[in-house]
Amino acid sequence: MRSSFLQCCFLAAVLTLSPSISRSQPQDGRPRPAAPAFAVSPNDADWATPAKNTAGTRYSELSEINTQNVNRLQVAFTFSTGVNKGHEGAPLVVGGLMFIVSPYPNIVYALDLTRPGGPLKWQYNPKPDASAQGVACCDVVNRGPTYSNGRLFFTTLDAHVVALDAGTGREIWNVKLGEINRGETMTMAPLVVKDKVIAGISGGEYGVRGWVQALDAADGKTVWKAYSTGPDQDVKIGADFKPFYEEDRGKDLGVSTWPPNAWEIGGGTVWGFASYDPDLDLIFYGTANPGPWNPNQRPGDNKWTNTVFARDPDTGQARWAYQWNPHDLHDWDGINENILVEVVWHGKPRKALVHPDRNGLVYLLDRTTGEVLSANFYHPVNTHRGVDLKTGRIRINEQKYPHEGKVIRNVCPTAPGAKDWSPSSFSHQTGLLYIPHNNLCMDWESTEANYIAGTPYVGAEVRMYAGPGGHRGELSAWDILAGKEVWTIKERFPVWGGTMTTAGGLVFYGNMEGWFKAVDAKTGAVLWQFKTSSGIIGQPTTYRGPDGKQYIAVLSGVGGWAGSIVSGDLDPRDSTAALGFVNAMADLKQATTKGGNLYVFALP
Amino acid sequence: MRRLVAIAAAIAVLSACEREDREFRPPPVGTEAEAPVTLSSIAPGTGPAERPGEMGQAYEENAYHLSEGKRLFTWFNCKGCHANGGGGSGPALMDDSWIYGGALLNVVQTIREGRPNGMPSFRGKIPEEQIMQIAAYVRSMERQVPQDAAPGRNDDLMPRPSEHRLPARPAVPGGTVPPSGQAPQ
Ligand code: HEC
Repeated sequence: MRSSFLQCCFLAAVLTLSPSISRSQPQDGRPRPAAPAFAVSPNDADWATPAKNTAGTRYSELSEINTQNVNRLQVAFTFSTGVNKGHEGAPLVVGGLMFIVSPYPNIVYALDLTRPGGPLKWQYNPKPDASAQGVACCDVVNRGPTYSNGRLFFTTLDAHVVALDAGTGREIWNVKLGEINRGETMTMAPLVVKDKVIAGISGGEYGVRGWVQALDAADGKTVWKAYSTGPDQDVKIGADFKPFYEEDRGKDLGVSTWPPNAWEIGGGTVWGFASYDPDLDLIFYGTANPGPWNPNQRPGDNKWTNTVFARDPDTGQARWAYQWNPHDLHDWDGINENILVEVVWHGKPRKALVHPDRNGLVYLLDRTTGEVLSANFYHPVNTHRGVDLKTGRIRINEQKYPHEGKVIRNVCPTAPGAKDWSPSSFSHQTGLLYIPHNNLCMDWESTEANYIAGTPYVGAEVRMYAGPGGHRGELSAWDILAGKEVWTIKERFPVWGGTMTTAGGLVFYGNMEGWFKAVDAKTGAVLWQFKTSSGIIGQPTTYRGPDGKQYIAVLSGVGGWAGSIVSGDLDPRDSTAALGFVNAMADLKQATTKGGNLYVFALP
Repeated sequence: MRRLVAIAAAIAVLSACEREDREFRPPPVGTEAEAPVTLSSIAPGTGPAERPGEMGQAYEENAYHLSEGKRLFTWFNCKGCHANGGGGSGPALMDDSWIYGGALLNVVQTIREGRPNGMPSFRGKIPEEQIMQIAAYVRSMERQVPQDAAPGRNDDLMPRPSEHRLPARPAVPGGTVPPSGQAPQ
């Protein structure tokens, strides 16, 4: 046991110590993972939803900009959002209009791409309650709108979901779904499935009881609401629920795996990207960490926090669930993206789902059943020994258990995990996954958390620092079947934004110093880079403009949990500021300043 | 003989320290109407506005009140939003920039009434006496209190040098720059 644990960490350490761009054998003749048919759109011109398609691959067929000519990429136009907080959103393009949502105060801008310079066509200001800023744990971000059928849907920090007429910016409906006095906010990009808008609640650091809702796209009325904790009826677990593993079966586990009533303030919020398979007619999304962070206050598996759910989009009924991290010890929200891919596994085709978790493992699941096919390390880890594939359960290293009142040192990965919300992309061309991630470890002390509604419910003193190797972030290309890294680019700071891939053989991403980069998807060679005005934590997108040319768009504007030292002017002398992230980011203030801008690039 | 010298020395040392007064029943705290809590440094007519007065100074000079303030700062979850002074969803409190003024009464008012960009109002939730203690402690994070009264080492993970070791900073009168109006720094 112990030696295998050491081995895993040694391997992980070797991976990260290898030179800046290291290459291992590409997939040798084996069939490559492929995108599901519903995610393939040969005549790509638009980018209508942050994850590009419902499989969440963030891949575009556009190839005018490619490995040969990308070094000539230039700025086509820019646009100031007028907001100085973290810009985690994705610029969307549909039918000659570009849509952006700013962080709080969540201003929506539509830019007219048919005219030179993309001038403003309309602007919508939802005027969210300013007090919501206090209950947003990790900067006042927004992860972007979603377009469907002539309408633009987005969430506001004070927990409204709004539908606008995409052509005019006129409000069609605006519903309030959460209560900031209970710590409930919204940051998620909604997903539209058929005639429903799927949106979830944030606030896992405030004792919020997590849920996801489906709203009628026509009028915003709630069609169903599924909680992440509590009795089966509330979680929408019924006769159809067939989890793969024994430990996920039983009645009302959302109650019985908690101390009495603790599930009522137990977290499991929903704020990542949801995906949808129209053939199986299932949506997939993850639930966040349990509250409080201090695990000593909530003995039990704390279901259904840190869980991936597969649900029927019409009724909300759960089909299966799998808990990445039962009885979470380190704030490892299970909300990271679930990208839908088709693989051949041991000779058989499988409909799969790939998920790089905060716990440092990339999971490959069968998305029809929830079976874990593989789980491999992509970050140095000493807190667990990976997943027991028989039981599906992660094997914890008891030595790093955060007992109350004891400072546990050198815990890897950290609270934001090997990787936080920052979405990976899957290239339909190379069959590789491109994972933006962290390289961080931390010291952690569990302290008693005191629940006061509307204030944080955390119970931990944390300070983070660079992991082995001293760099704090990486962009890694990942072989999904082999479960190993193909190449990696080390970054000084965490790679906190998303990645995007194109048929031009390119991967695009930005770093927190403000460099926006185009990388050869096969080799990891940086082919082009441009320094934007502030650190990048946004999601790049690409589109074909009304003039027929390909454009690349990204929001620059540092912030988010990792960048709040700059966006919130935090004081680096306190190593626990921003829930401990500031300690790892003390030099970010010298590297970048705040300010939100859109950058759009094209060939000359 | 040695023993006698030691005892004499101990007596001498002990008698030299004067035990700090601990007020178990403090005098009633003044109401806001009596206390000038100004956020601006201009006033029409005569000259600069009257700054918040000396009221409550006793709290800042008293180690018991400061250590109580520190305990309550955690207890009421101030720490969840402001960390150990470096800030989080709320601004840093250990730095020298104050949106709503860094004088004791400004801080008292911030805690009691809340502030528009996300500072909850604790009116009716925290007794006035404890608000004074917390406010005094908040000021100790910027070391605006006498060094010998400021709290010492934590029992928990040391997030930063303890309050009594932080360098004293000159008081900044405070302004009212809302975060949205701040230029990129
Ligand atoms: C829910 C999060 C939250 C909690 C809990 C909280 N604060 Fe705040 N606090 C804020 C925010 C956000 C602001 C900034 C308000 C603004 O700019 O309008 C703030 C502002 C302040 C300020 C003013 C800072 C300045 O520069 O003028 C002080 C002082 C302060 N808080 C002290 C406290 C104390 C003491 C407590 C505990 C009793 C506390 N806060 C609890 C979020 C919080």
